[in-house]
Amino acid sequence: MIRFENVGLRYGLGPEILRDLSFRIDGHSFQFLTGPSGAGKTSLLRMLFLSLRPTRGLISMFDYDTATLSKDDRASLRRRIGIVFQDFRLLDHLTTYENVALPLRVLGKEEATYRAEVAELLHWVGLGERMSALPPVLSGGEKQRAAIARAVIARPQLLLADEPTGNVDPNLGQRLLRLFIELNKSGTSVVIATHDIALMDEYDARRLVLHEGRLHVYD
Amino acid sequence: MSTTRPVKTMAEPWDALAPAGSRVLAQRAPTPIVPRGSIAGRSLTAVVAIMTFLAAVTAGAVMMVVRSASDWQSAVGREVTIQVRPVSGHDIEADVRTALAVARGTAGIAEVRAYTKQESEQLVEPWLGSGLSLSDLPIPRMIVVKLASGAAPDFAGLRAALATRVPSASLDDHRGWIDRMRDMAETAVIVGIAILSLVVVVTVLSVTFATRGAMATNRPIVEVLHYVGATDGFVAGQFQRHFLLLGFKGGAIGGGIAIVLFGILEAANAWISGTAGGEEATALFGAFSVGAAGYLAILTLIVVMAVVTALTSRRIVNQTLESFD
Repeated sequence: MIRFENVGLRYGLGPEILRDLSFRIDGHSFQFLTGPSGAGKTSLLRMLFLSLRPTRGLISMFDYDTATLSKDDRASLRRRIGIVFQDFRLLDHLTTYENVALPLRVLGKEEATYRAEVAELLHWVGLGERMSALPPVLSGGEKQRAAIARAVIARPQLLLADEPTGNVDPNLGQRLLRLFIELNKSGTSVVIATHDIALMDEYDARRLVLHEGRLHVYD
Repeated sequence: MSTTRPVKTMAEPWDALAPAGSRVLAQRAPTPIVPRGSIAGRSLTAVVAIMTFLAAVTAGAVMMVVRSASDWQSAVGREVTIQVRPVSGHDIEADVRTALAVARGTAGIAEVRAYTKQESEQLVEPWLGSGLSLSDLPIPRMIVVKLASGAAPDFAGLRAALATRVPSASLDDHRGWIDRMRDMAETAVIVGIAILSLVVVVTVLSVTFATRGAMATNRPIVEVLHYVGATDGFVAGQFQRHFLLLGFKGGAIGGGIAIVLFGILEAANAWISGTAGGEEATALFGAFSVGAAGYLAILTLIVVMAVVTALTSRRIVNQTLESFD
């Protein structure tokens, strides 16, 4: 599904912070992306999400060479990827329901066609009673669940999560992990970027470890 | 994509948090993705309103000047004047009669009328005052020659015939006045176009600054839209919708005030039209009416300002989105 070959990344004229990354992410797979702070996890996630171009190497996504994609093509591919940010990136002026429905609205769908689906997903993540609430009044855990719901509402093939448990207590972290596992079982490939060893110990999955700019894969 | 989200079949980790019976979602209009308050709406609406008002007043004034000039031209152009100067040793009455005969004999002349001696004296009264005996003064006699509708009389032939038969007579076809009036009307149109161009430039600049500000304020929203797969066209549409509405609102306010102003002027003109002052004002400035074409032009200006606002914002949004990538 996604293939990196000898990918390198540097910012400006600085040193190469990611070197010779070569790995694959297969369909229906589950992996943790880990490494010390500053190892380049977020940069790698951004490349996976097409919001950052590598300075060298080949990235192939869904059989497309990303270097040759137009802006609109990249937007089309992003619709096949869901992303959950550490800081949630919810829009404060939209209700929880509207935030979660945003990917469908962007696709140009009529609200009547997705209302029930969004409501059902919000109930599934435990936000059934918070649909009309604005993000500023949600707790950290609720915001994280809303962000996850927004990432999966359009049924992406790949779900990327950047430190999804970074702002929640261990108990809620475990619950969120269960949510990701369930999504993976439903067919979505999952990449969770985290440096939370305890979280990774909760689930036996492939680990992609970034260290000193290089990636080590532990299947 | 064949993936299905097992909402109904999988275990639901959040069941404990979601009370039953809470699946009712009130239907309401969706919140705009770009919040209205994040755009400098009021000040930009005011700028567009002022610019539309200035553009409408300029267009209306130019149309009034052009209409009045056209009326004057057609009124003045429908007649010519023969002036017979008194020459010692010549009977001016005989010269006037000869000039009348020459004029009547020219093709394309509808009516010829000579001012009497008394009428000619009355013409100079405003300058010399009344109550004077003007009979001893060598006052020229005027002959007004009205042209037949649609006719093109041979003025060169008439002038030559007068020169031969009445050397003291001269023909004035008001060409100088008409040319000057045409020049004035053309100048008014050029000045009007220049002012309208400046108004459009100022509007474009104002919208440019406002759009850049709105884009900077809403950058986090634009980023989220990109993250959820929005194309640049979709993002630009969110901003353009706001600016199009804002342009229409500002244009309607400015254009509406201009329409009311011209309506009041027209009503005032109609109210004073019977009075001496009204007649003088009408004679000097025309009918104080922009007419149906003028009101149509103002309505067109409203649409033009809204479209200029929307297109400018779209161009700036697209430029900014390019720089975001």
